[in-house]
Amino acid sequence: MKKISKTTRSNLITYALVIVAFVVVQSLVAGGQVSSSLKGQLIPICVYICMAVSLNLTVGILGELSLGHAGFMSVGAFTGVIVAISLQGLPGPVRLLLAIVIGGATAAVAGVIVGVPVLRLQGDYLAIVTLAFGEIIKNLLNNIYVGVDSHGLHFSATDTASLGLDNGIVLINGPMGAVGIEKLSTFVAGFLLILFVLTVTLNLIRSRSGRAIMAVRDNRIAAESVGINITKYKLMAFVTSAAMAGMSGALYALNYSSVLPKKFDFNTSILVLVFVVLGGMGNIRGSIIAATVLTILPEALRAVNDYRMLLYAIVLILVMLVTNNPILKNGWNLIKEKLAFWRRKTPETAEKGVGADE
Amino acid sequence: MSKMVPVPSNSIIPERDLDKIPVLETKHLGIDFGGLTAVEDFNLTIGRTEIAGLIGPNGAGKTTVFNLLTKVYQPTRGTILLNGTDTANLNAVQVNKAGIARTFQNIRLFSNLTVEDNVKIGLHNSVNSGMFSSILRLPRHWKSERAAHEQALDLLSIFDMQDLADHEAGALPYGAQRRLEIVRALATNPSLLLLDEPAAGMNPSETAELMENIRKIRDTFQIAIMLIEHDMNLVMGICEGIAVLNYGKIIAKGTPSEIQNNPQVIEAYLGKQKEG
Ligand SMILES: Nc1ncnc2c1ncn2[C@@H]1O[C@H](COP(=O)(O)OP(=O)(O)OP(=O)(O)O)[C@@H](O)[C@H]1O
Ligand SMILES: [Mg+2]
Repeated sequence: MKKISKTTRSNLITYALVIVAFVVVQSLVAGGQVSSSLKGQLIPICVYICMAVSLNLTVGILGELSLGHAGFMSVGAFTGVIVAISLQGLPGPVRLLLAIVIGGATAAVAGVIVGVPVLRLQGDYLAIVTLAFGEIIKNLLNNIYVGVDSHGLHFSATDTASLGLDNGIVLINGPMGAVGIEKLSTFVAGFLLILFVLTVTLNLIRSRSGRAIMAVRDNRIAAESVGINITKYKLMAFVTSAAMAGMSGALYALNYSSVLPKKFDFNTSILVLVFVVLGGMGNIRGSIIAATVLTILPEALRAVNDYRMLLYAIVLILVMLVTNNPILKNGWNLIKEKLAFWRRKTPETAEKGVGADE
Repeated sequence: MSKMVPVPSNSIIPERDLDKIPVLETKHLGIDFGGLTAVEDFNLTIGRTEIAGLIGPNGAGKTTVFNLLTKVYQPTRGTILLNGTDTANLNAVQVNKAGIARTFQNIRLFSNLTVEDNVKIGLHNSVNSGMFSSILRLPRHWKSERAAHEQALDLLSIFDMQDLADHEAGALPYGAQRRLEIVRALATNPSLLLLDEPAAGMNPSETAELMENIRKIRDTFQIAIMLIEHDMNLVMGICEGIAVLNYGKIIAKGTPSEIQNNPQVIEAYLGKQKEG
């Protein structure tokens, strides 16, 4: 094959988009041209991009509905806070990195616990169980107290007093959530996490494992008939997705001084699902764009505060109409065909490059 | 497996490959769906490089036999010996690994993926690169991807489909989708290939070409092929042995000419054909 394959080109565009956007925003920030409200949005935008991309792996690539993605985010967030704050001696970036890694690992374990029993079943059980998982995690965290002192970590399920801290600090204070967090997250870290999540997801999709995952999505019986272990690949996608949600959660939590467990509720799970659906199932670049636009939009609409949610709703409906409109879709396909035709007519514009397809 | 199993009398063509373990042997195979007995007392032996036909009127239970052999359904009764080994404890995935590959009457492609990816998914168990080597794009990943790419194109060339490699499988014409299903099944390196109505929806010239290719596949890969087909020209033209199923029971077994002259078959099956 002489051309770079379509998927390779599409992936390169996605990476380029992220990098260019980062450079532009970073230089605008340096030039003082970014409003403080938008500046405050930068890290949440990165977090929601990672959340949307990771959920797309479960919903779009694996084809299973998850209604509790915020639950995994929550697991990562609270684990991340415990890690980052209890490791006072280390430099900030190292603590952030460890918080993200361990937050992700803990969320992966939660993913295994949820996934192993459910993903063996056929049918839409995952939606119900993840929905319950999100609620259970929220309630669990409402009743957990964690503190740290020179003796190490202390846990309790009743109150802070029973932690028996010896001149230590309370990390997680039941319904008050994680308190006394140091703001370790940075926009650069957010950008790097996006690149990481993007690389993992895109590389996974375009691999032997990724093809198996999509085979399970497209036709389970056919996938079994060619010797693909359905449960294994469902778990692989789901746990990877949960791990990346946990990482996003750690980055999110370490951007604030305190975080409430109810921040990661059903509404947040649905919000991320909306990003994925609007960006297009299985469309990673779409998830990135949808997460960015829909995170900025409510803030940008603050100027017209009274009509904010109304306008937000109108934009959502318009996007849905546009992305699902057959006439517009056909028109767009027609344009693409025309373009492809002209590209074929002028062979010198055809990209020559890397040998094989992959 | 080393034990020689003589081909029993229920073989369609007993003189073939007498010295080898048959690729498939079923004994009293049957399944009930609730009160309905869809397949009953199904006894069949297929030699190592035989092309066998399974015919019968609509609803006779032909597809159900394939579903039993591939463990889409668990048999209610009977045994299936694949290369001399009982498959009772194997699931659909393990049966494929043990050597049975199939196509589907109602095409089941991975329709959102490309033609090449469909074949590569068939190659899943013969290329090995794990999740981590792929995510990290280690040399192992590139090596196995290159191998899969080359093998996929090789397999597609059986049906001269290399040029369609980048096309979306679901957007292919009907005939090409059927051929792609055969290629995908072959990619799993089976010893027995089951084709469920491979010529359905094909025009006569496509069907003629398909017949050539089925023979070519058997000769090149030295595998056994069992096919379900309503197109009598195809069945009589390439099958060496034929079993006729009616109401879930085998009513006749034999060579094409024996089947064509069997009065029971004519009554149950060919007679009906003339009416329709
Ligand atoms: N999962 C199932 N549950 C209940 N009944 C079934 C099931 N699968 C098949 N049957 C029944 O078993 C019988 C045989 O069906 P089968 O699909 O095997 O026929 P066939 O010989 O392949 O017919 P055709 O030529 O139309 O493809 C039919 O009566 C069908 O309704
Ligand atoms: Mg059938």
